[in-house]
Amino acid sequence: MAEAHPVGFQWVMEAKKRGATVIHVDPRYTRTSAVADQYVGLRVGSDIAFLGGVINYILQNELDFREYVVPYTNAATIVSERFADTEDLGGLFSGYNPDKGVYDPVSWQYEGQEQHAPSRGDTHMQRETGAGLQQESHGPPVPAGVNRDETLQHPRCVYQILKRHYARYTPEVVEQVCGVPREQFLKVCEAWTRNSGRERTTALVYSVGWTQHTVGVQYIRTGAIIQLLLGNMGRPGGGIMALRGHASIQGSTDIPTLFNLLPGYLPMPHFQQHETFDQWVDAIRHPGQKGFWNNARTYAVSLLKAYFGEHATADNDWGYDYLPRLTGDHGTYQQVLNMIDGKVKGYFLLGQNPAVGSAHGRAQRLGMANLDWLVVRDLYMIESATFWKDSPEIETGEIVTEECRTEVFFLPAASHVEKEGTFTQTQRMLQWREKALDPPQDCRSELWFFYHLGRLVRERLAASDLERDRAVMNLAWSYPTSGQHAEPDAEAVLKEINGYDVASSVPLSSYTQLKDDGSTACGCWIYSGVFADGVNQAARRKPGSEQSWVAPEWGWVWPANRRILYNRASADPHGVPWSPRKAYVWWDADKGEWTGHDNPDFEKTKEPSYRPAEDATGVAALRGDDAFIMQGDGKGWLYAPQGLIDGPLPTHYEPAESPLRNPLYAQQANPTRKVYDRPDNQLNPTPPDAHSEVFPYIFTTSRLTEHHTAGGMSRQLAYLSELQPAMFVEVSPALAEERGLEHLGWAHVVTGRAAVEARVMVTARLRPLRLDGRVIHQIWLPYHWGGSGLITGDSANDLFGITLDPNVLIQESKVGTCDIRPGRRPTGRALLDYIADYLRRAGLDASHYAPLETPGAGE
Amino acid sequence: MAGPNSFYGPIDPAADAGWTEAPPRMGFFTDTSVCIGCKACEVACKEWNAVPDDGFDLLGMSYDNTGQLSANTWRHVAFIEQAAPPSEAAMDVLREAEASVSTQFLGMPSSTLPGSSGREDRDLRWLMMSNVCKHCTHAACLDVCPTGSLFRTEYGTVVVQEDICNGCGYCVSACPYGVIDRREDDGRAWKCTLCYDRIGEGMTPACAQACPTQSIQYGELDELRDRADKRVEVLHQRGVPEARLYGHDPADGVGGDGAFFLLLDEPEVYGLPPDPVVTTRDLPAMWKHAGVAALTMAAAAVVAFLGRRP
Repeated sequence: MAEAHPVGFQWVMEAKKRGATVIHVDPRYTRTSAVADQYVGLRVGSDIAFLGGVINYILQNELDFREYVVPYTNAATIVSERFADTEDLGGLFSGYNPDKGVYDPVSWQYEGQEQHAPSRGDTHMQRETGAGLQQESHGPPVPAGVNRDETLQHPRCVYQILKRHYARYTPEVVEQVCGVPREQFLKVCEAWTRNSGRERTTALVYSVGWTQHTVGVQYIRTGAIIQLLLGNMGRPGGGIMALRGHASIQGSTDIPTLFNLLPGYLPMPHFQQHETFDQWVDAIRHPGQKGFWNNARTYAVSLLKAYFGEHATADNDWGYDYLPRLTGDHGTYQQVLNMIDGKVKGYFLLGQNPAVGSAHGRAQRLGMANLDWLVVRDLYMIESATFWKDSPEIETGEIVTEECRTEVFFLPAASHVEKEGTFTQTQRMLQWREKALDPPQDCRSELWFFYHLGRLVRERLAASDLERDRAVMNLAWSYPTSGQHAEPDAEAVLKEINGYDVASSVPLSSYTQLKDDGSTACGCWIYSGVFADGVNQAARRKPGSEQSWVAPEWGWVWPANRRILYNRASADPHGVPWSPRKAYVWWDADKGEWTGHDNPDFEKTKEPSYRPAEDATGVAALRGDDAFIMQGDGKGWLYAPQGLIDGPLPTHYEPAESPLRNPLYAQQANPTRKVYDRPDNQLNPTPPDAHSEVFPYIFTTSRLTEHHTAGGMSRQLAYLSELQPAMFVEVSPALAEERGLEHLGWAHVVTGRAAVEARVMVTARLRPLRLDGRVIHQIWLPYHWGGSGLITGDSANDLFGITLDPNVLIQESKVGTCDIRPGRRPTGRALLDYIADYLRRAGLDASHYAPLETPGAGE
Repeated sequence: MAGPNSFYGPIDPAADAGWTEAPPRMGFFTDTSVCIGCKACEVACKEWNAVPDDGFDLLGMSYDNTGQLSANTWRHVAFIEQAAPPSEAAMDVLREAEASVSTQFLGMPSSTLPGSSGREDRDLRWLMMSNVCKHCTHAACLDVCPTGSLFRTEYGTVVVQEDICNGCGYCVSACPYGVIDRREDDGRAWKCTLCYDRIGEGMTPACAQACPTQSIQYGELDELRDRADKRVEVLHQRGVPEARLYGHDPADGVGGDGAFFLLLDEPEVYGLPPDPVVTTRDLPAMWKHAGVAALTMAAAAVVAFLGRRP
């Protein structure tokens, strides 16, 4: 966190000053480790084993916060008797279908609800379309009534299943799988459990080092299980903090730049599943389910009113048929492979540099070289704009400038200080930023670009009477502009996002005011309230010293300016704070309402003792102690009966590339991972396949404080470039001796995709691990370098192949296997021959790909 | 208390330099125990003061690639990787890993003191420290400057006036810390001004303003010294016995620094002189000796003439 988020890390240091204990678990010893109270180095890709060990420690020693766990989680819920665990099936859950590599999740359901499970065809479609991500803010469907055993003794209650599932994740196994000495591991367990409970809470922070794995979603799930067991969710000082890779990455999922989502986590319609508007809405709100998604129709109608204005009417289902439909996997990696195959004509890149920043850089560049046109909007001439003349493939002859068919349009962009608008950070806080300067020359904001692009397209289509052009022509595309460049008014856009009464144009103050009759329009329902009372609430900057410690008047947090989600859990089932020290929101019996320091995340006047009628649905079905109000059963999920492609409980699988056989299960890697078996996407051999010794080392990549991601914003600046002027690779002294690497000398790292050269940094911050009875070396590389800028170097992301998490289609780009050799890599054609030789020795050819299911699994 | 224009001992440097009704002495307290090595100070300093870059050289000194304080680097973050004995379990792995190979010099810089073993509960320590001009109470650079380019400000800081500097370089050899430096392409001497142009406007120096963790604290020196004493006390209570201040003592060889530090190891580990002495401390004595010698010679001459008298 200190490495990539130094400004946010000031608050960790502040907490430390006040006596907090900081524990840092990371394969790489970073600037965070340097100031942590305890640093734990572990093997890349072994986090579920580590966290599973913590769960086992909690359950074996009965250290869970029982008074919290029973009412607020699904620990007591009984699971179908058809469910079989990985412990019995060699690492697979019940319902695995090896043909498509997906599960039929019928057996994972709660008892008596098997009929509500999605079919296997559904799960395949869900993986293709990244449907798991749609669950980011809402629970998947579970009917309200479930069987529970609040003594937690029933052998099929979630608590007992959890206990059995993690029983083998002992300190000894953690040591064996992660390379973490057991005394170090136990020290973490003791600190975490000791600092959780009534009086104390522990916060968990993770970054993309967790997400970019074939089991990325399950990493975070494991963290969530611990935080729920220890009662650290919905309470001050607790929670799970996701640190994002850039400013406003949270904002770009809320109002998404993703193919599978619409604003406010409404799913992008699928051509078969959601043929009609009602099918689509019911797929979101799940009639009969508990919770606030029941009002999804108002969110959906209001969104379409914002999109299509007067052209959205009850008669045309609010313009639902103008929306594009999903037909399969349209994720970024599928698109790149489609480009290579000539199936994609054009590509917009806005503030993104895939030639350096995305996994398998060679595939990225070869794809971009096979388009009709490419638009790049960036601050500088980044590698993704110049690949046709200076990429590594020019040197190898794979791209020939004179023959490259892609026409590249480079449009200079305004920087963040040259435009106004909001950033949404990881706390879901929108903060308005003013424009400090006019952008120079032809640089323009994104808002300007898209507004005028849309305007010009609509002008071109004005005479068209083709039905297919209706969607564009019927867009509500009118925004006030000002200045010599006709810059659209960003506040007007924020007002539309906030929502307004269509007749009066009066801004709404909350999503609860949204209607499904077309009388309200709202660009993103969860952002409703950001312009409450006609005031830009995101621009509020009242100093902390002038308001309460929760600081509700600094910026604006979705939903409803609520700073902590599910904060009903900060009070006990009777509505009394767990302790005075940790009081946050509580039930005021005299006034008959919820109150506290924050906006209570609960119906204002619903008593703690409220119990719904048998046939209640939606919000009315939530009990007075159902703290997790967006979940289908009102509970925090230790066990996920639905919504995950790869299993209801996190399980340790090896990364797609690993030098080790999975020490825990016959099943080697995630059996549902998304693979692209193609000759141009060779994965290094991994056990039980032979020849993994050709790539004997594990490598991982991450950031340096001095640079920003793919380097487009930092390698162009002298003051940053001088601070980390060259691509380097960190190795331990022991590995340096083993491979004859010299400090500051050259070395190159080789995978089945690329060879990347770098200067050698020998450092004791990297240390060999002993695993599986042998010594395993880990290598670390920064990924900031490319061919343009003041300082240049090879790109570490060229080393990775493409394998994805099945839930959200994120690539595994934090772990792989490699070889490392002293000296510089070959150049030109010789480089291709060099890699081909590695592939030959590794037994990789175009017809053999690692199987999803490995021998012994499923037995 | 030393007298006016003294070259040693505790004094108020602004008053000593002739300022009347000077504002309180301002300075930096750099608490290295909370430094995260982000180098925002280096960048903010260069941005504000328009200092040129220092060249793009990978130095291999951990994450330090600007090397030292220089004409083109007025804030410098040092990174010190200290290997301490690992735990027994880790030791086993190391032994196994290294069993087959002989001890061999890999070119890694080592910065522990000879014989230093570090702390028992950690097997690695990574120290970071943002270094800067010390704005000494007795500033030798200023004492030796023949042009008056270097001067003492009303805030007690020491500033070079680049339009007066003639590039003689006397200050460079006079500085006991090796801070002030001549810029290769223009020959003049450059160093931290403690953002004289900012603090006069009531602003915080750029480095302290940019520091995210309050490792660099700017303020009245007396107040900073109190704060630093308390911080050391807290760290000692929390089991960090190695925390100590550097440059805070008005009785030291430079009369105390205007920019002082909290360190977690001996100063030498950070590349700081353990016992700096203002290089001009002995000037009065030298002048006295020279004067005595001159008088003696004059007397001898007189005696010689007297001796001729018949």
